[in-house]
Amino acid sequence: MNILSDRSKDLGPFVPQPDDDILICRCEEVTKGEIREAVHAGMFTIEEIRRYLRCGMGLCQGQTCGKLVKGIVARELGVANTDLEPATSRAPMRPTEMRVLGNDGGNE
Amino acid sequence: MDIKRYDVIVIGAGPAGLSAAIEASKAGMNVIVFDENAKPGGQLFKQIHKFFGSKEHKAKVRGFKIGEELLAEADKLGVTVVLNATVIGLYAEKEVTVRIDDAICHYKGDAIIVATGAAENMVTFRGWTKPGVIGAGAAQTMMNLHQIKPGNRILMLGSGNVGLVVSYQLMQAGCEVVALVDAAPKIGGYGVHAAKVARTGVPFYLSHTIVEAEGEEYVEGVTIAEVDSSFQFIPGTEKHFDVDTICLAVGLSPMSQLLKALGCDMVEDPKRGGYVPECDEYGETSIRGVFVAGDVSGIEEASSAMIEGRIAGVAAAYELGFMEKEELDEKIAIHEHALDTLRQGMFTPKNRGKVLEKTEEGCPVSTNLLKKGYLTDEEVFAYPGVTKQAGVHPVMECSQNIPCNPCQDACPKGCISIGENITSLPVVVETAECIGCGMCVASCSGQAIFLVDESYEEEFATVTLPYEFLPLPKAGDKGKGLSRSGEVICDAEVVDVKSVKAFDHTSLLTIKVPKDMAMKARFYKEG
Amino acid sequence: MDRIKEHPILGETPEKKVVTFTYDGKEMQGLEGEPIAAALKAAGVMVHRYTKKKHEPRGIFCAIGRCTDCVMIVDGKPNIRTCITPLKEGMTVQTQYGVTAQK
Repeated sequence: MNILSDRSKDLGPFVPQPDDDILICRCEEVTKGEIREAVHAGMFTIEEIRRYLRCGMGLCQGQTCGKLVKGIVARELGVANTDLEPATSRAPMRPTEMRVLGNDGGNE
Repeated sequence: MDIKRYDVIVIGAGPAGLSAAIEASKAGMNVIVFDENAKPGGQLFKQIHKFFGSKEHKAKVRGFKIGEELLAEADKLGVTVVLNATVIGLYAEKEVTVRIDDAICHYKGDAIIVATGAAENMVTFRGWTKPGVIGAGAAQTMMNLHQIKPGNRILMLGSGNVGLVVSYQLMQAGCEVVALVDAAPKIGGYGVHAAKVARTGVPFYLSHTIVEAEGEEYVEGVTIAEVDSSFQFIPGTEKHFDVDTICLAVGLSPMSQLLKALGCDMVEDPKRGGYVPECDEYGETSIRGVFVAGDVSGIEEASSAMIEGRIAGVAAAYELGFMEKEELDEKIAIHEHALDTLRQGMFTPKNRGKVLEKTEEGCPVSTNLLKKGYLTDEEVFAYPGVTKQAGVHPVMECSQNIPCNPCQDACPKGCISIGENITSLPVVVETAECIGCGMCVASCSGQAIFLVDESYEEEFATVTLPYEFLPLPKAGDKGKGLSRSGEVICDAEVVDVKSVKAFDHTSLLTIKVPKDMAMKARFYKEG
Repeated sequence: MDRIKEHPILGETPEKKVVTFTYDGKEMQGLEGEPIAAALKAAGVMVHRYTKKKHEPRGIFCAIGRCTDCVMIVDGKPNIRTCITPLKEGMTVQTQYGVTAQK
């Protein structure tokens, strides 16, 4: 039923577009073309694309590009934005240095 | 490991979070609020315009004043607000981990109220990463909190209320707004917000979007072009502007990641602005004792966020046994009523995407207002707030049903009537006599009320208009009268300037213009 | 880019203590406690860093500490969000290239 569970679906050939060089993920510098190609390479979920390209894994943690990436992937797959599950949310919600994470409970 | 316990933990000290904390505290609960920012109040302190609504929604009070009042109320009740405290995790059994200074601290609540607000959406175009391309929120932060001009010549992308309000605020800060652009074919925000920008001379380009931000190291110019109905550029329609700043106001998304991580049932709902938790009328999520309020549960105005916060606070108090059912029902009824009132009119989420041709009164909706940002000289007469009378009288160019009614109470003589339905257009009561006090002009959050006196002199009429810019003109100054579209249409002389405390920083400028310009001149410019 | 000295709604900007800091070795002045980014903006600095992969210039984008585009090297530490870090007397602020100062 859902395209996301049918990995054999043929998306057709990857056709370059004039705006493929536009940056989508500002932190990790991932372009629209790279994201589109990843979909054609068989990555149908935000989670896979994130791990493969690192878009949304930089300092801002997808704060800026999350919605943009989702839109591009949905269009490429020919599904509605609402059909795609957003990337997993997990702690820490904000970039946190290891020395801080390690300082559990503080000095109190 | 040390875990501190509270009855209620509120995440976010914006309008929703503070309101929730206030209600929970009133019920006798032990409350703590965490906010990752250095100052409380969320986005309220950047809002320097007067809010819409009714008295109980603090209408005609400026956003930052509402913020001050909320903080004072929270303070009086002894609510603990911990700033620079970033909640980095939210776990089952209502445990939160908070980064405070260089340590991770653990807290546990019997109820959690998540009021984390929203993040700005962005659009991409060639050059969108260049310095000088900023979010509308960034512009507000720079100018209204830090007193720094975000730029000198600015192009605004986005005609929703944020784009319109921020454009106006940019001009108040002394910046020039060269154009207001939106890919949509219609202005998304309130007509009155658009009109107050248009009358200063800012051109609106609907069905246009940005092709490219130009410049080597930072923005030095921008090219826009018209788009067709499938948002593709139409070749040959390019327009260039020399600008140093491009401001993006293309919507907000709920910041709901903590709720997703916790395991709340989530839903992608475009009408609520994105990925939001499922919740009941009290704001309780699928996890008992975890509530949401404000933009995190669906993008709306700060006024509704404050009411949602109060509802969540009260509901948490009831759930933990701090409040009897009777008191809960009583309080909820009041808040629900206030919320319902705010959710009426043409701009409610349920009307999104609909084409409305007539107002509730049956007046035609102005298409010029939706495309260019102003009512035409002819269209303006179609609304009940606009009448021709001898002597001074209010002219209310309010043409859309929005939940707002301060003008009705502002007039000491009863010249203005809105009636029971808060979204109704204001009507001039012709039997009441206007004394020209100007209270209505200053009370209108949309700056859509003018006093017109066509019998001022044989050849001349006066127009009294709201003015919120510097330098403030003085009586005797000579300049130009501008039309609703911001075009120079006549000579104008300032005959009176009123700035009194009750007007709350809205000055009233009375200009003398040729009689035939009385229903056309709506702004004043020096020179 | 100028500072707003008087605002029609917010009134006169309250006086703040002027402090001196260095930006890429140059001495500059700003107001104590304002974000570093505000002081730089007032001084006309637009570029805060150059990116790691494509070496593109970046500056203020969200101004509330979310987007992390305005990060610079402050007192030797990289990735400091200048839009929410208060300015102090004697701070050393450097343009960030990738994640380091210029070699």
